[in-house]
Amino acid sequence: MPAAEPILVVENIVKRFETQDGVLLAVDDVSFNVMPGEFVSVIGPSGCGKSTLFNVMGGLLDGYDGRVTVGGDTVRGPHASVGMIFQEESTFPWRTVVDNVAFPLEIAGMPKAERIERARHFVDLVGLDGFERRYPAELSGGMRQRVSMARTLASEPKILLMDEPFAALDEQTRLLLGDKVLQIQQDLKQTTLLITHNLTEAVQLSDRILVMTYRPGKIKRIVEIKLPRPRTSEIVSSDDFGRYVAQIWADLREEASKGLKDDESRVARDGGRRA
Amino acid sequence: MTARALMKRPAVPFVFGVACLLALIALIEVLIRAGLINPFIVPKPTEILWSFERIILEEHVLPRFLLTCGEALMATLMLSMTGISLGVLLHRSRIVRLATETWVAALASAPLVLMYPLFLVIFGRSAWTIIMIAFVAALPPVILKTLEGLSGTRAVLINVGRSFKLTPSQLYWKILFPSALPTIFVGVRLGMIFALINIVGVEFLINFGGLGQLVNELAERYDLPGTYAAICFVILVSVMFFMGTERIERWLRPGT
Repeated sequence: MPAAEPILVVENIVKRFETQDGVLLAVDDVSFNVMPGEFVSVIGPSGCGKSTLFNVMGGLLDGYDGRVTVGGDTVRGPHASVGMIFQEESTFPWRTVVDNVAFPLEIAGMPKAERIERARHFVDLVGLDGFERRYPAELSGGMRQRVSMARTLASEPKILLMDEPFAALDEQTRLLLGDKVLQIQQDLKQTTLLITHNLTEAVQLSDRILVMTYRPGKIKRIVEIKLPRPRTSEIVSSDDFGRYVAQIWADLREEASKGLKDDESRVARDGGRRA
Repeated sequence: MTARALMKRPAVPFVFGVACLLALIALIEVLIRAGLINPFIVPKPTEILWSFERIILEEHVLPRFLLTCGEALMATLMLSMTGISLGVLLHRSRIVRLATETWVAALASAPLVLMYPLFLVIFGRSAWTIIMIAFVAALPPVILKTLEGLSGTRAVLINVGRSFKLTPSQLYWKILFPSALPTIFVGVRLGMIFALINIVGVEFLINFGGLGQLVNELAERYDLPGTYAAICFVILVSVMFFMGTERIERWLRPGT
């Protein structure tokens, strides 16, 4: 049962970037709330400002208009209550799995024996028990992303931000890791915000999906996913799942087409410049 | 056992390498004996082998070997500490980097060994002259590789550190430095090679101390097998230092 007060509040975010071609409005007046324990996805075509929004919420980007609050605190930089999982592979190659996961605990000053024990719990949680002493180079891409997830979860964030964490993985691995995320979210009641451009991933995992427009990024529609929980990847074969995917694709298609046309005209223009 | 399975055994590459070396030495021996290589320029490997006992007992190569090792060790320690510190400074200060990076790169290819008379005036005819020339000549690659390693740290790793609210000092020690270590060690190994070349060269030039002086003396006597045997000891210093730095690197940065 969600509490009345939202844990994450994003209010009127506007972010502009200086580019060679002038000022680019990346995110335009984006506002939404996330309730405790809720799983929200932000979906949109490439270039819609999803990652910009991720960096703003994580406190990695400044110089924007609007306000982000986590548990009532205004985000003015990286916030202890916000955990981030990045799109790129981000494990530390010089640390073993368990040492990677123990990293935030080490930074927090937890004694070694205690943090290793704690880290083992999160390694187990992401299903990597038996791989504790392995180095990232010895693991597959999906396993490395699970290490990153365990490392972020070990810091026990109030809200977990994920920026297309499975983008580099194949579809089968992505679905199976989706199961793992669903299970963890269910076990920990972890509030999660997922940035993605993958429709099935968003519908499989989310309670709500925020569909964004192509540049400048605005919220076009909010879709509530009323699929039963607990869920697994088997849900992708249900009729309701297909209806949600079709509904969101109808919204996204127009935006993705704009992005495609924009890309084509940019290539044509740049090609003309080179010629 | 198939050839592929055989190659997976850890000792096989080492044995294959040694076998290749022995085959090359045997080939040179055959070519010299056949008169295809002038024995007054390249002595027979067997003669070099027999001369080892002589240069150990009569030419006292071991104390000279230890002296060259000591000079190389001191130069390597100095250039590692100074070079890495200066690399960090260049990484941290954009203005210093822009002002000096080109000069440092130019210095890397400058024949600083020719400045040995200046070092002789400052440090006298001593091991310190040799160490200081080696140190100065070998510094640029360590500085440049440290800078390259730190600058090449993947942005996502820095963002992970920032997301965990690391202090600038923690970011350096926990992320930037370990991430840059492989590149820094490339610089240290390059610097070590530069240092050893300069050490042996200056020992040769100023006729002082270690293996360089011995090579000089043996060459002046036209004792070619002895000269080549002494050069083998120089190669041994290089191999020892190389293996030493590899072990230190694996210890400091496991998992690669």
